[in-house]
Amino acid sequence: MKALEKEAAIIAAAISQVGRKLDRGALDLTLDAILDAFDQSGLSVRDIDGLATWPSASPTPGQVSSTTNDIKEALGLRLNWYCSNQDAAGAYSGVINAAMAVATGQARHVLCFRTTTQFSARQKSRAAQPTPGRVARRLAGYHSWQDPFNALSPVNFFAMVTQRRMHEFGLTREQLGAVVLNTRKNAASNPHAVYRSPLTMDEYLAARFISDPLCLYDCDAPIDGAVAVIVSSLDAARDLKRRPLRIEAMSGAQYGRDSWDQYEDLTGWAATECAEALWARTDFKPSDVDVANLYDGFRIQTLVWLEALRFCGRGESGPFVEGGQRIGLTSELPLNTGGGQLSAGRLHGMGLLWESCIQLWGEGGDRQVRDAAVALTASGGGPRGAALLLVRE
Amino acid sequence: MDIASMPPRSVLPVVDEMNATFWQSGRDGLLKFSRCQACGLWIHPASTICRRCLSRDIRPEAVSGRGTVVMYTINRQPWVPDLTEPYIVALIELAEQKALRLMSNVVNCPVESVYIGMPVKVVFLQQEDVWLPLFEPVETPPRAAV
Repeated sequence: MKALEKEAAIIAAAISQVGRKLDRGALDLTLDAILDAFDQSGLSVRDIDGLATWPSASPTPGQVSSTTNDIKEALGLRLNWYCSNQDAAGAYSGVINAAMAVATGQARHVLCFRTTTQFSARQKSRAAQPTPGRVARRLAGYHSWQDPFNALSPVNFFAMVTQRRMHEFGLTREQLGAVVLNTRKNAASNPHAVYRSPLTMDEYLAARFISDPLCLYDCDAPIDGAVAVIVSSLDAARDLKRRPLRIEAMSGAQYGRDSWDQYEDLTGWAATECAEALWARTDFKPSDVDVANLYDGFRIQTLVWLEALRFCGRGESGPFVEGGQRIGLTSELPLNTGGGQLSAGRLHGMGLLWESCIQLWGEGGDRQVRDAAVALTASGGGPRGAALLLVRE
Repeated sequence: MDIASMPPRSVLPVVDEMNATFWQSGRDGLLKFSRCQACGLWIHPASTICRRCLSRDIRPEAVSGRGTVVMYTINRQPWVPDLTEPYIVALIELAEQKALRLMSNVVNCPVESVYIGMPVKVVFLQQEDVWLPLFEPVETPPRAAV
């Protein structure tokens, strides 16, 4: 099978102001990122003939703050192809769809974006607290199997996975903490990160539990912000301002049940299947990867991805990250180089993709990984996952 | 926590034709799931076809209500005002089939007493038109210890 994504490349990646009290509208933030992406590439509004985001909507306030309709109308785009969908492999579905669109000639330059305003949405919902004793709110879909049991945050699910991994593999809080400390250290030189002060292991271990065994520092931070990425056909990507970052392989495979509770594999989840399909599409190997930005909405997810992507064996991610020596900026696998979502904020995987691009363009400043030419970015948890392997042309 | 003293849930499922058997099965005290009458596969959430043998002869059947805690967490965060934390969120695997599971709460025991591998049995919490299947230890600790 020919992996047609090799005909697609990222030619711009931009991030808006990111923060917790910005007092900026969602559309403004999205446009900041989009206009910056135009500047980076030298493309204009007229060059864009495709538009994509994911997801199209969300029951969680502030998770989807700009839609394809918003952006098309704001910029007066002339589109040959556009897509935003709901049931897909997660945060990189927009980019994956865009790559397929340019590889099949539906579009030449696809603008992909994602905007979240979960911080301001949360402030608003706190101001309008529900009154106790009211009739219960009704939910359908996968939330209906969790929320009635007061599993009201995804942290409950990932805390259970963490507990299970402690039970099965002997994972420790110190090992989780090593990843947290590493991301904080990296965040110090990311001007867009929300938490840039260093953290000590003692501070990590003393933090209050949210859902045992995950503590405050194991959970990412809700923020307001936006990321824009332009995906172009490789032919159209040449001779632009930046070196194209070719999509060497991409995957959003799902072989198990599309369910958070019926999924058979309790410690590997869809990440394992996604990674298996990813490596089957390329001659590159895990040892070729210079930079890895792996999802860390909740701490355990990074460890699941490390194993799924075969940087270590099943159950071995704890010892792999312990002490942080193997995941630092000058180590064998520089991990979450921009601070991840824990320190840089919950941009739902798109911030991790932005950081991978920055590294491949050599613009990481003090956090730059030397000669980074191959980057792996993965996002998702539970029954869904997506991964992108990028190579600098 | 004791099931009798629990505050009402802030969220309940939409009850429709497909899931009513499950969400209201506690009405007669029995936990019921869809089951393929051709190959015996338990199917959750309910479907009109068996994903294993493609038979369309699917009917609700009662299970034993016995299961095992395969994952759990003690939730300590007050997500909404009318919660009583800490409480247990657990993934329960039913005795009848591998990976036939429910996300639920383990109740009627101290939160610290829950463990992976703990045998549990169903106990229903009714609210409005829904019977939520919660679980309690098979061996209930003595009252004084709670």
